Amino acid sequence: MKKRYVLTFPSDTTNEPITYNLVKQFDIKINIIKAKINAGEEGTLLLEMDAAQENIRKARKYLEENHIACQSVEKKVHWKEDECMHCGACTAVCFSQALTMDANRQLIFNTEKCIVCELCVKACPLKLFEIHFSE
Amino acid sequence: MKIQKTVAEINEKIKKGEAVVLTAEEVSQMAETASPAEIAKKVDVVTTATFGAMCSSGAFINFGHADPPIRMEEIKLNNVPAYGGLAAVDTYIGATAESETDPTYGGAHVIEDLLKGRDVVLEARAKGTDCYPRKTIQTTININNINEFYLYNPRNAYQNYPAATNSTSKILYTYMGNLLPKFGNITYSTAGELSPLLNDPELRTIGIGTRIFLCGAEGYVTWNGTQFNRSKPRNVYGIPLGNAATIAVTGDLKQMSAEFLKAAYFEKYGISIFIGLGIPIPVLDEDLAKRVSIKNCEIDTVICDYGQPDHPVLARVHYAQLQSGHVLLNGKKVRTAPMASLYKARQIADILKNKIETGRFLLTEPVQLFPENTTTKPLNMREEAS
Repeated sequence: MKKRYVLTFPSDTTNEPITYNLVKQFDIKINIIKAKINAGEEGTLLLEMDAAQENIRKARKYLEENHIACQSVEKKVHWKEDECMHCGACTAVCFSQALTMDANRQLIFNTEKCIVCELCVKACPLKLFEIHFSE
Repeated sequence: MKIQKTVAEINEKIKKGEAVVLTAEEVSQMAETASPAEIAKKVDVVTTATFGAMCSSGAFINFGHADPPIRMEEIKLNNVPAYGGLAAVDTYIGATAESETDPTYGGAHVIEDLLKGRDVVLEARAKGTDCYPRKTIQTTININNINEFYLYNPRNAYQNYPAATNSTSKILYTYMGNLLPKFGNITYSTAGELSPLLNDPELRTIGIGTRIFLCGAEGYVTWNGTQFNRSKPRNVYGIPLGNAATIAVTGDLKQMSAEFLKAAYFEKYGISIFIGLGIPIPVLDEDLAKRVSIKNCEIDTVICDYGQPDHPVLARVHYAQLQSGHVLLNGKKVRTAPMASLYKARQIADILKNKIETGRFLLTEPVQLFPENTTTKPLNMREEAS
């Protein structure tokens, strides 16, 4: 089961190697998508966890014990394809290469590659990208 | 024997359904194996097209007279200010005019809404005169209840345009898109070898009176565009480097299609409008055959740094490189992205090709050619008079 979570680290987090333990103890495949960590400040980590449901449950318990909030996010970029004129302006900012032009110069959106950085939302001159949230 | 055709001869072939028409991309491909002489012999017309943001666009509208009548002096359409300095019920709404209540909505959206048949709120004020006593009016208009409604775009279809990048450490929000910090990307905005004014770089066949495809309808070139610059340095293929010639165009919005006219909002820049424009080029002789055969790798442009005030030139590239998805800038691979829709431009070139092949679009000879040796003056700041 692959799902995305935001981990929020309190400013006084211990030296516990959290992500290492998630991998080693709970056998979770981790893909870090976005990280915001500054010494002395609350930090956040957006990551994708891929493991059996039971392992994820245990991992979430472990995070809770370490005072790390773990919120499941299902934030998706929605592309209003029908109205797209295929100008390509969004591809200028899409670094995960989820948005690319095909051989016919039409826009393709590979949602698997999307890291929900949201840069396309501002880049589209027709405002055809929306962020959809769900738990 | 040298090939020499006239527009009239080509039109006769078009009327008989015998004209050979290719798109500018098709003829560039043909040129891989055919000489200019062979192309001039075989091909009669080449269709070119572009679909990009063209800020210098707008529409004239005549509202018709109310009873009692008003001489409109301050005009708003869906809260977007329109020009009130014309006769009583005439206006010009510029594409980039911004709504007083929503910065993401503007003149381009008003034009698009009207084109789509939607109602638009008209508000106007006047001082009131003996012949036009009414002082205010508020009503709704739509495409069916207004009189004339035509595009008049003072500057469209730039002959080439510099690509843009950003050296600063902040993202820049520009009309060339979102430019990521530290040369994070490069954006460019022409259709390359399909682009109209790059296929007739000496403007031998495009001039005042040229009939064109404009947003789905037949339109006309009415003048040279503003900032018309014929003195830009050229590459060995005769292509001007950077923004050079432009055209002013007009066409009946009541005949146009919203498929080829799209209102746009560029983040923290403002409103613009995407215009779909196609121009047929008659292949009159070998010289024109050679010109229309131009390939992306022969069309150069410059990359400018929008992070510096005067947008200094950083490098020179060609469109085959830009269209490949990345170029090398200062030894680093940088992602490139288009700002104009090549997909839509190809559609337009195909539609125009089909219309000509089936005798539904005849070519015109320019009534007058454009001026030569023009330059563009900067606006110099003069010392204030005491």
